Amino acid sequence: MFEAIAFYLFAFLTIAMFYITVMSKHALYSMTALAAGMIFISAFFFILGADFLGAVQIIVYSGAVMALYAFGMMFFDSTRELKEKTTPSLLVFGLGGMAALMTVIIVAAPIVSDNIAAAYPIVEGVGNTQAVGMVLFTKYLIPFEVAAVMLLVAMISGIVLAGKKMDISLTLVEDDEIPQHDKEKEKAES
Amino acid sequence: MMEIGLNHYLVLSTILFAIGLLGIMRRRNLLMLFFATEILLNSVNIAFAAISHFYGDLSGQMFAFFVIAIAASEVAVGLGLLVVWFKRSGSIDLETLKSMRG
Amino acid sequence: MEMYLYIALFAPLAGSLFAALFSASPKTLIAGIVPSALLFVSFLSSLVLLVYVMGGETVHVEMMTWMATGDLYIPYGFLVDQVSATMMMVVTIVSTIVHIYSIGYMDHDKSFNRFFAWLSAFVFSMMILVMSDNFAGLFIGWEGVGLCSWALIGFWYHKESATWAANEAFIMNRIADLGMLIGIFLIYWNTGSLQYDKVFAAMSHVDIAIVSTIGIFLFIGAMGKSAQFPLHTWLADAMEGPTPVSALIHAATMVTAGVYLVVRANPIYDLIPDVGYFIACLGAFVAMFAASMALVNRDMKRIIAYSTLSQLGYMFVAAGLGAYWVALFHLMAHAFFKALLFLGAGNVMHAMNDELDPFKMGGLRHTMKGTFIMMTLASVALAGIFPLAGFFSKDLILEVAFIENHYILYTVLLLTAGMTAFYSFRLVALIFHGEERYKLFGFHPHEAYKYMLIAMSPLALLAVIAGAFKMTYFEMVTKVLPMTEYHVHNPIVYWIMTIGTQLFVIACILYAYRKYEVAKEDKKMEENIGYKILWNQYYIPHFYEEYISKPYRELSRIFWKDIDMKVVDATVDMVANVFYKTGEKTRGMQDGNLSSMLQLMVVGLVAMLALAAVYSIATVLVAG
Repeated sequence: MFEAIAFYLFAFLTIAMFYITVMSKHALYSMTALAAGMIFISAFFFILGADFLGAVQIIVYSGAVMALYAFGMMFFDSTRELKEKTTPSLLVFGLGGMAALMTVIIVAAPIVSDNIAAAYPIVEGVGNTQAVGMVLFTKYLIPFEVAAVMLLVAMISGIVLAGKKMDISLTLVEDDEIPQHDKEKEKAES
Repeated sequence: MMEIGLNHYLVLSTILFAIGLLGIMRRRNLLMLFFATEILLNSVNIAFAAISHFYGDLSGQMFAFFVIAIAASEVAVGLGLLVVWFKRSGSIDLETLKSMRG
Repeated sequence: MEMYLYIALFAPLAGSLFAALFSASPKTLIAGIVPSALLFVSFLSSLVLLVYVMGGETVHVEMMTWMATGDLYIPYGFLVDQVSATMMMVVTIVSTIVHIYSIGYMDHDKSFNRFFAWLSAFVFSMMILVMSDNFAGLFIGWEGVGLCSWALIGFWYHKESATWAANEAFIMNRIADLGMLIGIFLIYWNTGSLQYDKVFAAMSHVDIAIVSTIGIFLFIGAMGKSAQFPLHTWLADAMEGPTPVSALIHAATMVTAGVYLVVRANPIYDLIPDVGYFIACLGAFVAMFAASMALVNRDMKRIIAYSTLSQLGYMFVAAGLGAYWVALFHLMAHAFFKALLFLGAGNVMHAMNDELDPFKMGGLRHTMKGTFIMMTLASVALAGIFPLAGFFSKDLILEVAFIENHYILYTVLLLTAGMTAFYSFRLVALIFHGEERYKLFGFHPHEAYKYMLIAMSPLALLAVIAGAFKMTYFEMVTKVLPMTEYHVHNPIVYWIMTIGTQLFVIACILYAYRKYEVAKEDKKMEENIGYKILWNQYYIPHFYEEYISKPYRELSRIFWKDIDMKVVDATVDMVANVFYKTGEKTRGMQDGNLSSMLQLMVVGLVAMLALAAVYSIATVLVAG
């Protein structure tokens, strides 16, 4: 019973939050609503017994990702009200609704749900985190390593794209030329 | 109604996905477009976790895990690009991206 | 023998092609001499074939296959039997003479070469027509003479009246050709072949109603070619062409093609005597009708044209009553003296600077002796005075009508004979006798070139002596045609008829002389209502123009503007427009706007989801 109450409560909250994200005219409100929505989603993970996943959701999404978005918003000066020309609502809402309807129909069809079999069954008597760890470092090792490399690449690209003075490479210029280089640049700028 | 089954979660996931689609179609500000993308990814995560719970299979959670990782790196790169674009054209409206004359 | 056939057939074609080489160049004499020479060669070949055929043989060749598809087999086949040989002789004699005459007549014309090309082409088509051994070949020749006559009538194409007359001739012929085609189709459908021998053999087994229909339709074709009522107006208007053209085409050859068709198809017409009687009645009507219009006309060539029309009526009377050999004989004799008459008229025209009104001439017998003699001879022959050719042929037709107890026809033909004599000698009197009125109008007539007169003289000779050949001709031609003899059994009746006809005709001639020797225009008569009707050709051309040409033109305009342009064109344009507009509208899909692209992506997603839903539900329903 608690499960039902929790589910419906969080479901309602999540939908409301995400709706505000999508429909609001203020960028700040959108972002705040998005952050709140993330938290509520992690609640779902906890309900479903995926503890590790829930924790990761809070840390990564609501922590890192939302912080990035907040910095981005400050950078773009988007705290003002957004003026945007919106498309005909009927078309958009209609399309979205139809997509939802179709998916529900497909997903809820009995034949789909009857033919699913478990590939990696949950081991009993072990906590979720431990179970995740066991699978992650044995069967999903390669995707794990590849994901790590990808995160590294993303980090470097983020620095290069957004940083100042990123057009010359310091490693390729000689050590004593660096102050000279700096002076030249200051002269050019003034 | 009281008994929460897989279908409930799937319906919830579908509704959230539809909201995400709505956002993608509506928003003109590139940053807001990114928000909508996040919503899409999250809804999919719920679906994965739910299926993994009801069928006793861990691969759903694994997938959700990797989705989160990917989403994070995507945000980093995307925002970097957005910054460069903003420096070049001074606006993050969709219309500035357009160079074809239709 | 086959060689002679091919020479006779293709020599005119060779002459035509030779002259055609020069058709864009200025006049060269050789372009006139070579076709005439080749035509003379054709005449000699026809003579050889005639002698051969008189012995009772026929020459039948098949040159090559034309169509062999399914059940239809049509060869390029040629047949020279007694009937064809007669026609070939007539055609080649008159054509050769007209060619030689034209060298002199078209002397000052700048399209001299083109004239001979078309003239020889015409002779070639006519030869195909008479020599062919199947209805399809006949039709080819039929169309060919129609085309060449169009080109020749409208020879001076800068003249509006000439082109109009040419179109009128061609269109009227075409209307009649539709009837003929239907007849030919019916023949093929009911007998399975178009060869004369097979068709005539099978015709007696065909249902009599269908045979009647075939006969009627073939006659409709003949009506157009031979200018029977109501398709007769083109013949008088065709006088716009040069006079040699009138002599060849509208006296001797093309207009007789209709008679030839009826004579050739005599096995068909023998089966349907009622249709034959109708043909005879129509012929008699036309004879009187045309003669009446010639009584008051003031255009020299038109008078002669109406005379041709009238004599064609005579020929159809004979053919309709089953006396085919008589019709063919009259055709032959008529060709000679009518061509002579036309050529003489050509001489007069040239002398009088193309003036056509005989009231402006007069007393020309002093300056143009040769022409005077020949035209008088021709008119005497036309009137049917013994012992010239016309007596033997025309009076024979009168006898035929009398013997068959068609007394009305006989009376009509007799009266027409009187009228014929009257208007012929009216013309002769006005032109050659009386005082020299032309001096008032400032003309300086001179006789034609000597060689032109020499060329005309064989025709004069034949017009005089052709009657003597009647018996030889009869024996020859009845090997193919039904041998029907026409003798009035009671000799007293016979002599009364003959002498009576002669006296009546001579009386008409004398009356014409008396009236027109001193030519004064009778103004009182011109007010007469009867005169007015005849003068306006019974108002028939007016009727055709008002009630047929004008509505048809209006209908064509409606079909063009309202239906073709608005419906058909619009539909075709619509096909192109659909593509064009679709492209324009869907170009908006690629406008570079990210938001619209995302929306389109969701549209695609929804579409595919719909497909998946339908598919999965269908699978469930089928499996369940």
